[in-house]
Amino acid sequence: MIILCFKRAIEDFRNNRLLNVITLLTISLSILIVSAFILFFINTSDIMSFWKKGLRVMVYVKPHIPPSQMPELGRQIKSLKGVKDVRFISKEAALRQLKSQMKRQASLFENLAKNPLPDAFETQLDVNFQSWEKVEALATQIEALEAVQEVEYGQRWLGRITQIFNLFTLAGYIMCGIFFMAAVFIVANTIRLVIYSRRDEIEIMRLVGAAEHFIKIPFYFQGLMQGAIGAVIGLTILLVAYWFMASNIEQETFSGLFTVRFLSPLMAGLIILLSMLVGWFGSYISLKQYLKT
Amino acid sequence: MIDTNGKRSIIRMFHVHRNYGTKKALIDITLDIFKNDFVFLTGASGAGKTTLLKLLYSAEPVSEGQVLIDGMNLSRIPRKRLPLLRRKFGIIFQDYKLIASRTVFENVSLVLEAAGKKRRLIQKRVAGVLRLVGMEDRHTAYPPSLSGGEQQRVAVARAIVGDPKIILADEPTGSLDDDSANSIMKLLHGVHIRGATVIIATHDKALIRKTGGRVLFLKQGRLEGSSIIDKYYDNSMF
Repeated sequence: MIILCFKRAIEDFRNNRLLNVITLLTISLSILIVSAFILFFINTSDIMSFWKKGLRVMVYVKPHIPPSQMPELGRQIKSLKGVKDVRFISKEAALRQLKSQMKRQASLFENLAKNPLPDAFETQLDVNFQSWEKVEALATQIEALEAVQEVEYGQRWLGRITQIFNLFTLAGYIMCGIFFMAAVFIVANTIRLVIYSRRDEIEIMRLVGAAEHFIKIPFYFQGLMQGAIGAVIGLTILLVAYWFMASNIEQETFSGLFTVRFLSPLMAGLIILLSMLVGWFGSYISLKQYLKT
Repeated sequence: MIDTNGKRSIIRMFHVHRNYGTKKALIDITLDIFKNDFVFLTGASGAGKTTLLKLLYSAEPVSEGQVLIDGMNLSRIPRKRLPLLRRKFGIIFQDYKLIASRTVFENVSLVLEAAGKKRRLIQKRVAGVLRLVGMEDRHTAYPPSLSGGEQQRVAVARAIVGDPKIILADEPTGSLDDDSANSIMKLLHGVHIRGATVIIATHDKALIRKTGGRVLFLKQGRLEGSSIIDKYYDNSMF
């Protein structure tokens, strides 16, 4: 029975080539766009996590605070919730570090009469304490300490990127939803046209005593096949595009710090399954409408 | 109901009406058809012959009245069980209704596939039936390449392959030459001898005279009368 239905589905595929090719192209395009979004989100999330791992807060001390108060200030900062470690960097150490980093511009420091850098504390945060709201709240707490001149977390811009990223995620969900519906609609219409072209055959089948499942299953197979083939085509195009782009992005942008990765086999499998579900659902809708009449 | 020969009714119609809007296609039909009957349903074009057949295999609903097929009341059959009812019938349509994109073999095997029969059995049964109707050499041909007589023989093969209890034939010889018509009637007779109930809708009086059997007359949607015609002898009804 299953083999027979599968055979019928393949025959339908052959007999309605143009319709099926159009459907396959639409599904492939939808899957390509949805998968590209997923790929973008996965890699962007990786980049964000990579940046967040190096998150630290720099606390600059007011100039008149004597060195004897530094240990106490360090303890006050460390006692705050979310602070993992605190390292004191004296203004002399900071200047030495700056000079070593700017060896080629050593002349800039020659006429320096006074060290302009402040004493500072480098504060590392707990891994669980890296949401932007929490970091901002901690910075406000530290800024409230009397001896503190300024608090800086260099990746302040990361917060804005996170917001943009969240916005993208939302847009991505909406786009995926739209493409899902579009694909269902198109598959449903293709199957409807195939059903229409075979209406006499279906009528004859009913008259000779064919049960509804005997009529329906080949169309379900067809929908599932359209979904699976469309997804494989879409993912293959994405993979080829990834191969072309990935090496350039890695070499030019991340210099080995970060690896751009493709969808995992599990994710690719889920996308194919989702696409098959879309195909099946399109067939289901059409058949339900047609066989009701 | 049981007839004079002790045969049970296989089809019963009680005060059946069929309306299309305000047009009355069948009016107050009450009849019994018994197991292994050979029945002609006759009348002028538009008398309601095809409509009556369609009510029997539930292609159309009755507007009023009751139809019982082999004990099953059609108005109470759930949609899911309709295929089971239709498998009791072998239907020969006026326009053959063969699937143009399938071969002769595939058209005939469709009935058994739909009934979920095993592949080996299907091969054997279809080959046998095609041999019976003289179409075994053309089993790979497609219907559009066949003559009217050949298409009708394939339609007969499809109707009898499932070994149905009732054969319904709507003008089975309508567009055929005499030789083809005779061969179709012989086939239907053969099926009847093997135990099936055969109902033939036709307006061809010569065919009825030649074949003989029970005749039901329809006139403008009403059942006007019923009689038994003996082959070649009783022509008084015409």
